[in-house]
Amino acid sequence: MRLTVGFLSAFLATQAVALDDPKVPLDDPLKSGMWSYHQINILGDPAKIRFDDRVVVKAPAVAEDSFNVPVLVDATALEDVTQMVFLVDYGPIPKILTYWPEQSEPKISFRFKIDQATPVRAAVQTSDGMWHVGSTVIDAAGGGCTAPAVAYAADDWEEHLGKVHGQVWPENGRLRMIVDHPMDTGLADGIPIFIIEDLTVSTPGAKSPLARLRLYEPVNEDPAFTLYFDKATLGTEISVTGRDNNGNEIDAIIRAAASQ
Amino acid sequence: MTHITRRAVLGAAVGTAASGLAPRTVFANPTSYELKPFSVADGIWMIEGSRDYFSRENGGAIVNCALIDTDIGILIVDSGPSKKYGEALLDVARGLNGRGAAGVMITHHHPDHFLGNQVFADNLIYALPETRALAASEGDGFADNMYRLLGDWMRGTEPLPPNKDITSSFLTIGGRKLKTLPLAGHTGADLAILDEKTGTLIAGDLAFLDRAPTTPHADLAMWRDALTDMSQQQSSSIIPGHGPIDRTGTSLTQTRAYLDWLEATLKRSAGEGLDMVEIMDLPIPEEFSGMGSMPQEFYRSVAHLYPDIERTVMPLSQ
Repeated sequence: MRLTVGFLSAFLATQAVALDDPKVPLDDPLKSGMWSYHQINILGDPAKIRFDDRVVVKAPAVAEDSFNVPVLVDATALEDVTQMVFLVDYGPIPKILTYWPEQSEPKISFRFKIDQATPVRAAVQTSDGMWHVGSTVIDAAGGGCTAPAVAYAADDWEEHLGKVHGQVWPENGRLRMIVDHPMDTGLADGIPIFIIEDLTVSTPGAKSPLARLRLYEPVNEDPAFTLYFDKATLGTEISVTGRDNNGNEIDAIIRAAASQ
Repeated sequence: MTHITRRAVLGAAVGTAASGLAPRTVFANPTSYELKPFSVADGIWMIEGSRDYFSRENGGAIVNCALIDTDIGILIVDSGPSKKYGEALLDVARGLNGRGAAGVMITHHHPDHFLGNQVFADNLIYALPETRALAASEGDGFADNMYRLLGDWMRGTEPLPPNKDITSSFLTIGGRKLKTLPLAGHTGADLAILDEKTGTLIAGDLAFLDRAPTTPHADLAMWRDALTDMSQQQSSSIIPGHGPIDRTGTSLTQTRAYLDWLEATLKRSAGEGLDMVEIMDLPIPEEFSGMGSMPQEFYRSVAHLYPDIERTVMPLSQ
């Protein structure tokens, strides 16, 4: 009996360690209390992970508009990037966006809604399985995730749903798009989650996409992205397709200025 | 005695913070404003604010206030960022005229201009009707953010909207005749005041001088119209909302030049597909880079103005 109890408590102790600590304990440069939790729960407790200065996360030090916090993540110093995951340490919904660069540069600009001052992370996985994590800190008055979308102040928001403002600059290897969507987090009282889930950017007729995105609740209302490519990659017409969680389709052609 | 005890406790807290890792001293503000009025015209004084952004060092005293002598006391234009500032302002008014405050005018509803109001709750607090409405609807949110930015400087401050609408083009207070200009552009309602006696134009935040203009509620086209309107007034000098007294009209031309540059920069950026973070990295021309609160105000303006501008510049795809 004593043996069993001893064994049990030893087992529980082991379990406690296993539950709390990631496989690879990291020395977080920001000393955030939440990092290891996200390392386990959002990144799936990877066996190969490190903080890496080659993943540059640029954002203003203070969020002027809690609904539209701009971030630029640049991992072009890394080779063979397969996916990029963006998240915050502190916020009701920590995961913002996953980007699969495919044929684009491992670099992207986006905006998100911030709920409080927090570290912002970009976890970038390379083809060897290693995760490279870059960080910055954004101070904020907050509230961006828990307020209703601005769109509902206008009664014609449905007509704009899924419409895309955008342009391609093939000579600069640049694509920018704004997709009209309320991006409701589900956290504002009485308003269910209503978000774009997937966006795919491709050359019309081509089999494999140029880039893919998966969006989560914190992406800003009317999501705005700049994507970056090698100069020869983009044609003068690029297709953007996608879908929101209510099954509404997004389907637009973005053009270069010359062919407008 | 209470004060000594409290200070001792705060001192201990600061000591701990300094010896530990926490870099920001949360409790250690000197909590009094040194307001120094100086005469800019016959019976008009100005208190010049810091040209920096809100900080725990300046206590939010970044605004210019004007004090106008009348037969019934001092008319105060803009009451500052906090209750404590309002109290200091009242002390200044009493020092200039034994009758104290004759009333208050609020140029617009931004928190650095009206959160001293509660000190003057028994006075008439004049403003444009829309300013009163905006102060009522946005005051609590502003106050929350000011407490976050300024900490103990804000102690006891509660937003009090103006209580008297300005509906006529002229007001005479204590024998002093003032022309009131109901303008807009910096916010939805911006009051400029022209003193008939001296030709002093109190421009509120429609005019900045050597301090970057702020744009959280700006309509740039209306702002330019307001600048034109003010430039047509027969003014001898201009008290800008932020920055030094202006004897030559430079505050109007400089504010216009900045707004023109800001809008052109954002439109060009939208035409090139830049993201906000990339715009914030653009070089700022020398004529603007030396202004107070730069580049922070430029960063803020990018956030305020770019989303709408790029929607109008970038084509809608079919």
